[in-house]
Amino acid sequence: MSLDFLLEIGTEEIPHWMIPVALRDLRSAFTRLCREQMIGGWANELVEATPRRLVLGGAGFIERTPDLEQIVKGPPITAGDKAAEGFAKKQGADASALRKAGNYYELVKKVSGRATLDILAESLPAAILGIQWPKTMFWTGGKNGPRFIRPIRWIVALLGDRVIPIEIGGVRSGNITRGHRILGASSIPVTIATYESELRKNFVILAAHERRHKIEKEGAALGAKLDGDLVETLTYITEFPTAIKGDFDPAYLELPAEVLTTVMRHHQKYFSVEDGIGLAPNFVAVMNTAGDPEGLVKHGNERVLKARFNDARFFWNVDQARKLADRVEDLAKVTFQAKLGSYKEKTDRVVALVKELGGGADAQRAALLAKCDLTTEMVKEFTDLQGVVGGLYAKAQGEPEAVSRAIYEHYQPLSMEDSIPSTRDGQIVALADKLDTLRGCFNVGLIPSGSKDPFALRRAAQGMVKILVEAGLDYKLDSLAQGELYAFLLERVQHYFREVRGFKYDEVNAVLKVGVSTLKDVEDRLQHVARVRPTPNFEPLAASFKRINNILRQANFTGGALDKSLLEAGPESDLYEAYTKLPANGPLEDVAELRPAVDRFFDTVMVNAPDPKIRENRLSMLSDMLRKFSSIADFSEIVTSGDQKS
Amino acid sequence: MDTFQDTVFKLKRYWADRGAIIQEPYDIEVGAGTMCPETFLRVLGPKPYRVAYVQPSRRPADGRYGENPNRLYKHQQLQVILKPSPNDVLEQYVGSLTAIGVDLSKHDLKFEEDNWEAPTLGAWGIGWQVMLDGLEITQFTYFQQCGGMDLDLVPAEITYGLERISAFLQGVDSVYDMEWAPGVKYSEVRLADELQGSVYNFEMANVERLWRLLGEHEAECKELQAGYEKYPDKHRYPVLPSYEHVLKCSHLFNLLDARGAISVTERVGVIKRVRDLAVGTAKIWADQQSDQPSEGAAA
Repeated sequence: MSLDFLLEIGTEEIPHWMIPVALRDLRSAFTRLCREQMIGGWANELVEATPRRLVLGGAGFIERTPDLEQIVKGPPITAGDKAAEGFAKKQGADASALRKAGNYYELVKKVSGRATLDILAESLPAAILGIQWPKTMFWTGGKNGPRFIRPIRWIVALLGDRVIPIEIGGVRSGNITRGHRILGASSIPVTIATYESELRKNFVILAAHERRHKIEKEGAALGAKLDGDLVETLTYITEFPTAIKGDFDPAYLELPAEVLTTVMRHHQKYFSVEDGIGLAPNFVAVMNTAGDPEGLVKHGNERVLKARFNDARFFWNVDQARKLADRVEDLAKVTFQAKLGSYKEKTDRVVALVKELGGGADAQRAALLAKCDLTTEMVKEFTDLQGVVGGLYAKAQGEPEAVSRAIYEHYQPLSMEDSIPSTRDGQIVALADKLDTLRGCFNVGLIPSGSKDPFALRRAAQGMVKILVEAGLDYKLDSLAQGELYAFLLERVQHYFREVRGFKYDEVNAVLKVGVSTLKDVEDRLQHVARVRPTPNFEPLAASFKRINNILRQANFTGGALDKSLLEAGPESDLYEAYTKLPANGPLEDVAELRPAVDRFFDTVMVNAPDPKIRENRLSMLSDMLRKFSSIADFSEIVTSGDQKS
Repeated sequence: MDTFQDTVFKLKRYWADRGAIIQEPYDIEVGAGTMCPETFLRVLGPKPYRVAYVQPSRRPADGRYGENPNRLYKHQQLQVILKPSPNDVLEQYVGSLTAIGVDLSKHDLKFEEDNWEAPTLGAWGIGWQVMLDGLEITQFTYFQQCGGMDLDLVPAEITYGLERISAFLQGVDSVYDMEWAPGVKYSEVRLADELQGSVYNFEMANVERLWRLLGEHEAECKELQAGYEKYPDKHRYPVLPSYEHVLKCSHLFNLLDARGAISVTERVGVIKRVRDLAVGTAKIWADQQSDQPSEGAAA
């Protein structure tokens, strides 16, 4: 008979962003457990979570694992009785139970099957406590107690109609779940069949996709400008999400949309609402409850938002009392990094770097003012608006559009999906700002290692790479960085072309192997290789090039002059004619056309000729050919079908 | 409608009914109720303890001359410590909201991740900010470490922002408009304090003298800490008074900070000085607790 299974770990509210990862972790631990313990296939998987519960369920579990016979090999018969007895004793058996198999003793051990219930009771606690959380706590029994993300308060663990008896931190499993903290009952007996419907009756929507859908549907109906990250946050912060619409005084629309949106989205977790022109004086909040019939929740949220907007208006007004340009000296009091001095020093360096990179007056002005918003009340309150606030203030204070836009965008790109600054001035300022941070940190030994990257240097380097490529800037990579920093940037270059642009890793290796000048050039060569890759002659030719490389290496060939008169008529001369006809660095499609000549050469000509002069000459020719076509990419890096075993 | 003081009475009653001692505010300036010895020291060691108290909490840099409707230089916290935290601590907390008149079936309550850390106290914990209709009304923390020491019994700390909660209950937009007592507004009781406190903190506090005072309190504290080890009769030793000097130093640091007198480079160093004092006192206090004559075999 096949049994159903249900596990619900009831907790206090888990941080929303940790839930999906933890659930995957729990699921894979459980899958492993099922496989290792052979307790059945896991069908009809239920893998769900809310802030207060992590849930696994499924079908297809066997009641008992079958009895098994296990053969244990013993000592050779020639080792004698003593050895046989010793072996038997160690295995907990009598020597008479041994049997002979060939020249050895062996023991047939019977391993009795076990009840799945017992196996689960024994292994579930470790699977649960084995979830990897970013930060854990203890809550009972002091340091010796269990560690989890938040206290575990109840556990439902059922196999068929029986409770799987486990205990964690004094909490014993049972068949009692809890509903929504406010709207549901606090003690609800369930069976596997009734579990989800009982939860629903008690205002818990177990399925994340259903909560997500409810948020999106109700939000859209109220005019919310939905954004994926916020929808996800709200999905895992609620058990019964319901959207409501609130209003604010249109007078606040004088404040920049960026500020209003940040307050709504990041501080209050509201969606903004847009009419045809821009922001509308409304917001959409998602409650963790079923409704707001008296409008109390709406009123409360409006009240909080009004206070927040008041603060923002107050900051805006206070900040206008001193222009950004008057704040440059104040940056001396703001630490950039203990070993790297103040933001004033950083600003001076970045201005010089912008000049060095060929930035004009507007770019230099933007670099000078870019960090001044760090001294404003607005940025102290809304730190994630740095740069944006500087740009808005610069505009309000009459700086040229080119300057204010460059300041506004100089932290871009913030991620691989984010766009690069839209103007050349902004691109140069952004590049210089990131490069200065990287150079400074590398100089004083603050180099990221493993997962440790407290100054987000990977992001800075990734941003640089994205700007260099996508803006088509013609700085040579080795003119911007050397040594460890160069290597670090090169890693990011590889990452960018592989993960963001989708080039194959061997193509990226092949192109980078022959050197890097500008990243635009790397991009061109990669596109070239990727274009020719699917043509029929390319991979076989790449294989031949690899073969040539190996031949040269094995022969310890260090170079020599090619003597045309020593070439044998036929395939050798033909190959020579074929490749010398082609222009160096020409289209790879043409190079691929060499394949028949190369194949014929290897089929009929012995490179390792008995006459050393002939041999040297052949090596010289192969080397000459290789060099001629290797400025685009090193084809021996291309993985061809023949390589796959190695 | 409940006045500010009604809400305070109800919360105190609620926690007294659940076994908490109702303490009075500590009589030295603190930045938060956490810093009072009733929390900072009592959470250490193996003795269960439950306490609740209102604590006026001073944050000089938050002063706004009484002009901002929500920001105060000195606000009132209701601090609850339940050590060890009971299993139904969140249910008890939710019950306290009902007790002060919040009909939760008509409101939206969320627990959003917010881990607390106080570097000057060598303390941190795990917890939430509790949001009621989008307003942060409480900080809830399971203490994990205090004074640099892991805790034997994990306490729950519940810190209610009393002005916010009371303004919410009374439906007023400015804390100054809420009723403290029948017919008496918050502004009548506290506005002068906010205004004059801001003027002093931002404009007039004598920086040179504050630095000197900081040094004096630090010296006194260190001298007391240093004498503990050799002192024979441990339970008599003035560890608690040494902690009062830690609090003085912490407040002086905040004042100097509000006054703009601490440069960024100095800042880290001063924080470390205060932290060393706090951790030092926590250590000897924990030691003193394990050496009480009533419990030990000293006699």
